[in-house]
Amino acid sequence: MSIFTHLGKYYILMAQAFAKPDKFKVVWKRVIDEMEAIGIGSIPIVAILSVFMGAVTLLQMAYNFSNPLVPDYTEGLATRDTMILEFAPTIISLILAGKVGSSIAGNLGTMKVTEQIDALEIMGVNPQSYLIMPKVVAALFVFPFIVVIAIFLGTFGGYVASLLTGVVSVEKYVFGIQYDFEPFYVTYALIKAEFFALIITSVASYQGFITSGGAKEVGDSGTRAVVYSCIIILLFDLILTQLLLTV
Amino acid sequence: MITVENISKSFETKDVLKNINLDLKRGEVNMIIGKSGAGKSVLLKCLVGLFDVDKGRILYDDRPFSEMGYQKKKEVRKEVGMLFQGSALFDSKTVLENVMFPLTIFSDKSPEEIKERALFCLRRVNIEEHADHLFPAEISGGMQKRVAIARAIALQPRYLFCDEPNSGLDPQTSIVIDNLIKEITVELDITTIVISHDMNSVMEISDTISFIHNGQKWWEGSRDDIMTTDNQEVVDFVYASNFMKTLRENFNKG
Repeated sequence: MSIFTHLGKYYILMAQAFAKPDKFKVVWKRVIDEMEAIGIGSIPIVAILSVFMGAVTLLQMAYNFSNPLVPDYTEGLATRDTMILEFAPTIISLILAGKVGSSIAGNLGTMKVTEQIDALEIMGVNPQSYLIMPKVVAALFVFPFIVVIAIFLGTFGGYVASLLTGVVSVEKYVFGIQYDFEPFYVTYALIKAEFFALIITSVASYQGFITSGGAKEVGDSGTRAVVYSCIIILLFDLILTQLLLTV
Repeated sequence: MITVENISKSFETKDVLKNINLDLKRGEVNMIIGKSGAGKSVLLKCLVGLFDVDKGRILYDDRPFSEMGYQKKKEVRKEVGMLFQGSALFDSKTVLENVMFPLTIFSDKSPEEIKERALFCLRRVNIEEHADHLFPAEISGGMQKRVAIARAIALQPRYLFCDEPNSGLDPQTSIVIDNLIKEITVELDITTIVISHDMNSVMEISDTISFIHNGQKWWEGSRDDIMTTDNQEVVDFVYASNFMKTLRENFNKG
């Protein structure tokens, strides 16, 4: 299939997914379940990664900013801005593309090859709306929270690194993370999080829905979901940065 | 009753179904048999609307199902129950939740009434109480089929489709499933269509038999007719085993 065929099919799938649900109460319950699976289930990995990313970023900043002309608090400021601008929204989304994307594609792919999706359709249930919409809505709701958590924990990771290694004094680090704060950077990070949430869940759902065959094809769908999501995330990272951060 | 009028279906250059006509009667088990690759499953998927036909019409009690739009088809589908070859139970839901699912989506009953109806359907297919909270992966293939039948009849369908209901089951369990399909057909007075290659099932429960060969309806008749037919393709298919050959000889001797 050509890329245009895939784009057309993806568009049709999303249009079906956001059609009026059969029973709003049932779909809402599914949204809550998905929020738990996507959001709560991702917090441990996000927490570990964020703390280590923040700590390593501070150490690298300290190593690179060893020039006496650069003020000491710069390391804190750079760690904070790196976390807000790139690491929390983009790197965490790339990690979640692996965790959440492969899970969605695997789950829907298995449902497809075992005729569970056909069973929904024959019952008169809109399978796209029942299965995809709650995942997308849940991700749109929880991704901003995950990104905010990642920003806080990344900055905290830097604090821990400064405390344990002493490359920057704790006072200077704390001063740095408060210095010249630009609130729009957080808005920018949250806008990116929303786009990436949509990309991860919709691309993975599409890959799951077009699965046919058996176990091997389900595995291939999971791999394709992760690879395509990551590429599209990086592409949109570039586009959104150009649109939102350049004057 | 389901009427199939001259339907054809192709995939790329391959003609899978060619000008098929069928009358699938209410209150009867309408069996569709044929060799692997003959087009039975494609025919079933066309009947339930999973595939669109290229030519011809499918009428559900005179309603032109194959010509309906998505929303109208969806309404008709609420009257359809289907038993899939692999059961197609939702593996993230328990046995009870699987049967409650169509009721939760489509009925206006209270949660208590929904549960009561689901339990009634489970008891109807002889699922013991302790199995209600098990997941599909935790029960046997025969039980999965019975749960799938319970789910299919939960909304009291007018049409029941069964795709190879006995595949992967031992002979004793197969008979249980066959009898259940026959009983439900008579009890609910519904149109039942069964796709099978299991000759035991054909001889046990079929009222009418349609033989599909190379994408065409090759032969049609009753259980008695199949014992006396001289249609070579039907004879080759049905009487492939020595047991069936002996059965036919004995039947014809009277």
